[in-house]
Amino acid sequence: MPTTKAEVLQGTLDLLVLKTLDTMGPMHGFGIALRIQQVSDDLLRLNQGSLYPALLRLEQRGWITSRWGVSENKRKAKYYSLTRSGRKQLRDEVAGWSQMAAVIDRVLKATS
Amino acid sequence: MMEFLRTLTARVVALFRRRRLDEDLDEELRSHLEMAVELNQRKGLSAEQARREALLGLGGFEQTKQIYRERRGLPMIETLLQDLRFGFRMLRRNPGFSILAILCLTLGIGANAAVFSWIEGILFRPYPLVTHQERLMALGGTARGEPGGTALSWPDFLDLRRSCTLLDSFFVTKITGTTLSIGERAEVTTGSIVSANYFDALGVHPILGRGFEPDEDVGSQAHPVTVISYQLWKGRFKGDPQIIGKTQRFSGVLHTIVGVAPEGFYGTFVGWAMNFWVPASMEETFEAGGYKLEDRGARWIEAFVRLKPGVTRGQAQQEISAVAQRLETDYPATNRGRGIQLWPLWQTPFNNARTLLPTLEIMVVVVAFVLLIACANVGNLLLVRSFARRHEMTVRLAIGAGRGRLLQQLLTEGLILSAFGAAGGLLVAYWCRHALVLLFPARGGVTMYLPGEIDWRVLALSAGICLIATLIVGLVPAFQTRNLDLSGTLKAESSGVVGARGRAWSRSSLVVLQVSLCFILLVGAGLLIQSLEKIRTTSPGFTTHTVLNTGVSLVAAAYDAQRAKTFEDELIDRIHALPGVESAAWARLEPLGYGSYSSSPIAVDGYELPPEEQPSVEYNQVGPAYFATMGIPLVSGREFRRADDEKAALVAVVNQTMAVRYWRGQSPLGQRLQVKGKWVQVVGVAADSKYESMRENPKPFFYVPLRQDFARGGGLNIRTTQPLRTIEREVVREVRALDRNLALYEMITLQEQVDRSTSPQQVAVTLVGVLCGLALLLAAIGLYGVMSYAVSQSTRELGLRMALGAGASNLLRLVMSRGLALTAGGVFLGAAVALGLTRLLGNLLFKVSPRDPLAFGSALLVMMIVASTACLLPAWRATRTDPARALRD
Repeated sequence: MPTTKAEVLQGTLDLLVLKTLDTMGPMHGFGIALRIQQVSDDLLRLNQGSLYPALLRLEQRGWITSRWGVSENKRKAKYYSLTRSGRKQLRDEVAGWSQMAAVIDRVLKATS
Repeated sequence: MMEFLRTLTARVVALFRRRRLDEDLDEELRSHLEMAVELNQRKGLSAEQARREALLGLGGFEQTKQIYRERRGLPMIETLLQDLRFGFRMLRRNPGFSILAILCLTLGIGANAAVFSWIEGILFRPYPLVTHQERLMALGGTARGEPGGTALSWPDFLDLRRSCTLLDSFFVTKITGTTLSIGERAEVTTGSIVSANYFDALGVHPILGRGFEPDEDVGSQAHPVTVISYQLWKGRFKGDPQIIGKTQRFSGVLHTIVGVAPEGFYGTFVGWAMNFWVPASMEETFEAGGYKLEDRGARWIEAFVRLKPGVTRGQAQQEISAVAQRLETDYPATNRGRGIQLWPLWQTPFNNARTLLPTLEIMVVVVAFVLLIACANVGNLLLVRSFARRHEMTVRLAIGAGRGRLLQQLLTEGLILSAFGAAGGLLVAYWCRHALVLLFPARGGVTMYLPGEIDWRVLALSAGICLIATLIVGLVPAFQTRNLDLSGTLKAESSGVVGARGRAWSRSSLVVLQVSLCFILLVGAGLLIQSLEKIRTTSPGFTTHTVLNTGVSLVAAAYDAQRAKTFEDELIDRIHALPGVESAAWARLEPLGYGSYSSSPIAVDGYELPPEEQPSVEYNQVGPAYFATMGIPLVSGREFRRADDEKAALVAVVNQTMAVRYWRGQSPLGQRLQVKGKWVQVVGVAADSKYESMRENPKPFFYVPLRQDFARGGGLNIRTTQPLRTIEREVVREVRALDRNLALYEMITLQEQVDRSTSPQQVAVTLVGVLCGLALLLAAIGLYGVMSYAVSQSTRELGLRMALGAGASNLLRLVMSRGLALTAGGVFLGAAVALGLTRLLGNLLFKVSPRDPLAFGSALLVMMIVASTACLLPAWRATRTDPARALRD
């Protein structure tokens, strides 16, 4: 197990957010951050602040939508949910990622 | 692509909902923090620690917000808006400065926009409502060995129209005039003889009735129909809705009104508004010289063509030249040495485009100078302010603004100023769009129409100028901030009056630039004024003040030759009988007018023609007592008499230049001269005078008796001591007594005739003069600004000098000499440039060298007077410096 936490790779935060919203359903920003950290067993060091620009970017592209709601602790929070084009984007990105991972894996094995 | 568009829309929308979105973000982040704090507390952290951890996790509240905001909107536009707001605030804080700067730019940009709109409306798109003017070309003839264009003959025109494939819409227009009697009122008005396709070719559709049918320009007097102008319909016919089918007598022939042209259509003659159009078949009614539609030798029409899309003028010219060459071979008798040429509209040889072209060309340069002077002024003002704002700029730099950001701010402020200036400038141009007409002397029977046209091209050009002005006025202070020194801000600096070190340098160079530009304009104006003066004082060779010129519309009233002769003799007798009339004489043409003289190949006994030379000399047909009436001295021989009529022996009077050239100093009296194949005897030699232009050189010319080469409806010259109005009233009465249907043309003195012929020069002088005054004013403001600033900045130095014993006169001299040194620098520079530039005036100059010392001298004098005036107030203020106060502060 590596001793330092891995930085979230450039460009992968979008994928993580989309995937989280896909599995968890509508969720507020803090929830998304918490979920990503939990699932990654705290191995990812996520700057929570960078989550919001990412959410904005996804929303600008029309992959997620947001609306104000009330959290489980009766707190006002903004909930994000996947749109149809977001779901399609997630499928594309997952496929792309798997392919990429496989390629990198093969390259690493071949050289070692 | 879709995503990009969606993102862009989201960002643009965000621009307008910033406050709302900011609040949203605040709230979202706050709720995030609270949740994080709550979670941390549940993990057992103290309240304070929980909050710290939560903030750390978020990576900073404000930083997050900043990144988020940049992502959300369009940062570039947001900073622009921010700069604009700031810029407006700066302008409001300093209204005096802003108004002065905007006023300068308004004048600068306005002068440019006005001249562009004139060029657009008079030279490039001169014909309102006409489609595709960019492909329209003027078509005329050329004659070997003669500069300029000539008219075309109708058969040549038809051949050309048949043979050319690269051109379409050939159409003919020939300016003419007639007397319009409606009800009790008879007046002279202008119209055009046109080919039948005229309105279709122009793409102008009559609002009532129709244009001309294709066959209406065929035959002699075959189709008495007319289309009248909207102005005529509204004015003289009171907007009669039943006008179509009614008849109107033009030049004695009843014409059926078949159409009314749309409002705003003034025909196709730059400068004059046409009031009616008749087909070419009616030409005899309006023109002297009989039926010309089948006469290849009669050149009387002016034409336009439209190039087919994609065809260049060069290609079309080639095709036309080929046709012209064929015509030369096929019809040598009439067409030898004749060519046919295309001109772009702005060079049209047969209307006022040609008279105004040189003036407008000069104006482009002049207004560019005025703009530069105005920009230098505003740049100077901004520079002064940038010193005042040095502190602000330094603080901005110190807290991390990039130099680029500062530059952007300064350019934005420049843009605000010049945008206001451009808006004001367009308003100026709009007000001035009909101003050109006012500069021309009024002319009876003619409605002058010289509109400026403010279309998108003029707007685009003005916007371009606005941007250039922005760059100039914005970059001047930016240049200054470039060497802004952070640590040196607190160092108090004051520039001296004498030293002009450092910063003052750029301001001074701007003033030098202004003065030099101004000086060049002054020299130009001086040269033009001198030319005009030379033209005015050149003797035309005839009496101008006591000779009146008018005419009677005999052609228009359909008089035949016999009737016209009788009428002319009777009228002369009646006029002779009027009190105060010394003499009166008919002549086919008045000097310096629009008409062209007859010309004839000549032969002279004893003069050996060099081979190839076929001397052709112009002549005028004049009545008895013409020379006495006009005041043209006879050098020898005699005047024409009544006895020199059709039954008598043919005679002629030659001018001095002709006598010298063809008789080589021997007396031509009693010698023979061949005119149009007939031998005539020379009975007199007249002094040279001006015939077509005040600027022409002496040229051979001769006169024949009107009766021996008769033309109806010439001009009447009256020599009298009575005032014009009195004579006019009496002549009108005499004409009416002979025939009620005749109208008298406008009566003017020959001086007026001279003035009219020099009106292009007058217009040029007036325009350059006005702009020169403007430039002087702007330069004076600039100089005044620099000097007062210098004085206000150097109170300490001035006080010190005073304390050390300098008197008021010393200080006065100090400041004045500094101001005048700047002026001298500018004059020196300007003179150097002017020596090269004044050649551009070329054609507008008359008997004045472009390097005329008087023009340069007077420009220097004016510049020095203005400069001293501008420096006087600051200098006086310097002498009022209170040394005690200046040293204490």
